Amino acid sequence: MTAMRRFLPSWLTSYAILYVAFLYLPVIFLPIFSINTAATPKFPLSGVTLHWYEDLPRTPALIDATWNSLLVGVSASILSTVLGILAARSITRYRYPGRRTINGLIMAPLVLPEVIVAISMLLVMLQLGLSLSLFTVVLGHVLVCIPYSMTVLTSGFEGFDRSLEEASADLGESAFGTFRRVTLPMVAPAIISSLLVCFTISLDEFIIAFFLTGTEATLPIYIWGQLRFAAKLPGVLALGTLLLVASFVLMTVAEILRRRAARRTQNEGGLYA
Amino acid sequence: MLERVQPERTQSDRVMIEIRDVTRSYGAFKALDDASLNIREGEFFSLLGPSGCGKTTLLRMIAGFDTPTSGSIAVDGQPMDGIPANRRPTNMVFQSYAIFPHLNVEQNVAYGLKRLKLQGGEEKRRVEEALAQVSLTGLGKRRATELSGGQRQRVALARALVMRPKVLLLDEPLSALDKKLREQMQVELRRLQQAVGITFVLVTHDQYEALAMSDRIAVMFGGRIAQVASPKEIYQRPVNRQVADFLGGMNFVKAQIVAENGASLVVDTLGFGRVKTDKPKAFVRNGGAATLGIRPERLRVLWDNASAKFEVAGKVVERHYFGEITHLIVEIPGLEKPLSVTETNDFGADDIPVGAPIRLAYDPEALVAMAD
Repeated sequence: MTAMRRFLPSWLTSYAILYVAFLYLPVIFLPIFSINTAATPKFPLSGVTLHWYEDLPRTPALIDATWNSLLVGVSASILSTVLGILAARSITRYRYPGRRTINGLIMAPLVLPEVIVAISMLLVMLQLGLSLSLFTVVLGHVLVCIPYSMTVLTSGFEGFDRSLEEASADLGESAFGTFRRVTLPMVAPAIISSLLVCFTISLDEFIIAFFLTGTEATLPIYIWGQLRFAAKLPGVLALGTLLLVASFVLMTVAEILRRRAARRTQNEGGLYA
Repeated sequence: MLERVQPERTQSDRVMIEIRDVTRSYGAFKALDDASLNIREGEFFSLLGPSGCGKTTLLRMIAGFDTPTSGSIAVDGQPMDGIPANRRPTNMVFQSYAIFPHLNVEQNVAYGLKRLKLQGGEEKRRVEEALAQVSLTGLGKRRATELSGGQRQRVALARALVMRPKVLLLDEPLSALDKKLREQMQVELRRLQQAVGITFVLVTHDQYEALAMSDRIAVMFGGRIAQVASPKEIYQRPVNRQVADFLGGMNFVKAQIVAENGASLVVDTLGFGRVKTDKPKAFVRNGGAATLGIRPERLRVLWDNASAKFEVAGKVVERHYFGEITHLIVEIPGLEKPLSVTETNDFGADDIPVGAPIRLAYDPEALVAMAD
């Protein structure tokens, strides 16, 4: 029994280490090969250089793709956050028949195969007579972003004590003043967090963008295009590293804000104090 | 020599809140059913009842968070119909306290003052004064999330009092506190109310809280007001069994009406014999039967050869020890239910053996007639 006990944790530890290594090794290779002087990703490294990074801003197609991605990301995140606020507010604040079904339908895109979603959206857009452009990409991204936006926002809105708004009214504040002085400051971290999450998802999203864009490429599409040329690979790795860092930073900030929002609303009550 | 005195009344007779025939229906369900009530200026008034009796609904209608289906509410002579919560001369202490978690103590208290745009440090002065009133001086910069339950409650009080309302509404303000703190806050709340002289309306389901703090109490059941009176009157002369039961222990004794004249009632009982009692105000005779009630502490154990003008004899069947008091269950020949008796432990009531014969003294005035 004691032998078993001593034996198990060591195995569990090595399993956990292997698991994490398997998950993150590819991610670590990306920055390593992006500073290699040789164009082929192979060990040992032939030398260290920032040359590939310096080349990035001198590629006009990349600059265009970056602008496109920023445009799509900002639009999609604002749109899905606004829609998410409305949905999350209704789900957390009111009780009505079909509430859970509606919640389920909004969350469904999370588990639908993205290729299928992309193809169906393409069909719908064409049926509607919309020509493919960044606008159609935004619409597609809103669909996949809303579930994430909802998750972040409901955790921020849930437990929002309604008597806070009543207390504000009781102290003489108008409906608009209450929204500005109580509701907004309390849910602001959740809203910002949702914006960041949606922006990050849109920035990295490939399949839907690939199907729904016209001639304008977003960053992932640009990267996909570059992969055909072996000589361009280090540039792609450099760009990928930057995207990775940006995503990581944005997601971390978003999570910190989400937790702060949840703590703010859920600390109310005084029962546990 | 201690003399018996009538308690003096400190409040005026001016009506501060007038509730006229107020009904609040949700579909077929009536949360409040034709309630009428006058609350006086400077009074500490409690709405007491079990959950779902309509007391919170009534409080929220005074505050302006709910609207009567019919009837009217006036505060300080001014009808409140159509006036939203933010323009009423009332302030509320919420059950959850509703402290704004993104603001510190000072900012919470100053919340309502910000709109008044007070000049020359007046706002700061009033905030300091309110914090002093609730003994929170020096905690102004404390974050709302760092406060204990009792402190949150004080912030909620200060935040409402700083507005100098005509009426302060309190929705079960002590229910989230532990017993000891609750009892301490009862005394403090009462003291605070007398210091500021504002009309307080308290909603509570705790009868001891209502008895300890109020000038008057309205006892409510199922959306209706059963009785409005002083704590002593409510406790000693409940109008019906429901009120009597809710306000603590009560022994009920079946009685047969012998005579009914003017303000008094003569009844025959099996255990207590023939008794003459005051006729309650709202007494409606229903055939020849009535109910008499006597509180457990109004029955006293007679020791040894002591005798009293009025006594009943029986046998102890159960004994329960509660520290400062002992609870005895005494069977009396002729009574269908045994009497419960509470006796302080200074004479050894905690040692009375179960099965012992016992004699109990009572004051016929403590036997109250009530509607069933």
